[in-house]
Parts: sequence; structure tokens; C-alpha cells
Amino acid sequence: MKNYMKVEFSSVSQNESLARIAVASFISPLNPTVDELTDIKTVVSEAVTNAIIHGYEEDADQKVILECSINQSQVEIIIEDFGKGIEDIEAAREPLYTSKPEWERSGMGFTIMENFMDQVDIKSKENEGTRITLSKQLTSTKAICN
Amino acid sequence: MSLSVNFNVKESVLLVRLEGELDHHEATNLREEWQAQLAQNNVGNVIVNLEKLTFMDSSGLGVMLGRYKEIQAAGWEMVICSVTPEVRRLFDLSGMFKIVKLADNEDFALQMLGVAS
Repeated sequence: MKNYMKVEFSSVSQNESLARIAVASFISPLNPTVDELTDIKTVVSEAVTNAIIHGYEEDADQKVILECSINQSQVEIIIEDFGKGIEDIEAAREPLYTSKPEWERSGMGFTIMENFMDQVDIKSKENEGTRITLSKQLTSTKAICN
Repeated sequence: MSLSVNFNVKESVLLVRLEGELDHHEATNLREEWQAQLAQNNVGNVIVNLEKLTFMDSSGLGVMLGRYKEIQAAGWEMVICSVTPEVRRLFDLSGMFKIVKLADNEDFALQMLGVAS
């Protein structure tokens, strides 16, 4: 089964739960396990939060784009913003690193994405934006499709 | 689903019961309410009950760690209890329970803090 969706929403924090719910219902036909569903909701939340807090520095007038495609049991999620970009991608990937220590951030966003997904690709340019591609092969459907 | 927060005082312990989803959107409110509760009630030790918390991301970890640091700096203790498997995955990944105490349920947490339940 192949399917694709694209959602565009304002960069307001209320939409973090919208993004999680949209992806969770979109992938539900693949019958993900509870753990897989939790992992995917968590990484979507991390990436969308990053776009809002870091990309746009909480400017609510901007837009975040969320895309999701499924191909058999493969899930690919893209979260894109057109904000300020990541200055140092290597540093951002470091566990506990945060560019906003005064905001009580845990600095675990990318660590969580890398642990919960098979692959995390970060493309970012200063003052142009950031595009995060997250992919994961679901085990549940792999067994059924074989 | 949003977050609902219930604060309760039992002897010298502030009970914080969370229900729903804790993300960046909910984190700011939670932090402010929690800090206000600690300031207005004459309590020090804190139990955080996560039995009904169905989702948490790194913003939630940030709030927990932030309160832990404040509570510990003031010479008090914080215990987290009744963690669901979904939320547990995130705590395990972050190494949170290397520093914050974990209890199976609220009664055990109260006992750990020397309060008879």
C-alpha cells in the first residue's frame, strides 16, 4: 500500500498535537505496534516543536509543513520550516545540547529522533529553513507482507 | 488531548498528578502552576504521579528536570511514580532515573518520603 499526505499549519504550539494525531491516524492502516506508534508520535512532536521554537522562535505567523508517506511498511515523515536554520547541525545532534538553555529545554530532541527512528536526515541553511526527514520500517507489517 | 494537572498536599508532600499529553504547548503552563504551588504551599518534597499521562516528549523531560533541580537545590526530594510503558521509554532513553527516584505507585512514593499512606 502506498499513500501520501501533506499538511500545512501555523507555527503555534497548539498544532504540535495536531501534527501527532495527523501522522498517527495516517499510519494506522499499517497496524503499528503501541511502541512504534509512541515512537512516531514522539519524533513528530520533537521536530515540530523544534520548527516552532528554534526555526521560527515562536513567531506564530509562520508556516510549518508536515508530509508523510507510506510504502508497504516503510514510513517517511518530513517536517519543514522556512525559519532561521540550524547554525551547527553536529552540535544540535549532540545529546543534551540546547541553543536555549534559559528556556528549560532538555536538549534531547535529536537524540530521541535518532533513537526512535531508523534514519534521520537534517538539511538546514541559515535564514532559509530546516527540513527533517525521518524514516522507519515498521516491524508489524513487515511480517504480514512477507 | 490536552493536559490536566491536579495538585494535592499530603502532609509535607506536594502531589502532582498529570493526565493526558505533556508537550511543549503544555509545558509552560505546567511549569508556572507547579512553581506557584511550591511557593504558596508550605511543602518541599514532591511526588509526580504519571499514571494517566499518555504522552510525553522532550519538553516534558525539560519541565521534570527543571523542577527536580529546584527541589533538590532547596534540600528536598522528588519522586516520580506510576510511569506508563510509553512514557518509560523516554525516561529510559534520557537516563532520568539515574538521578530522579522512581516508585511503582503513589503509596510506595509516599513511603519513600517517610509519609504513612
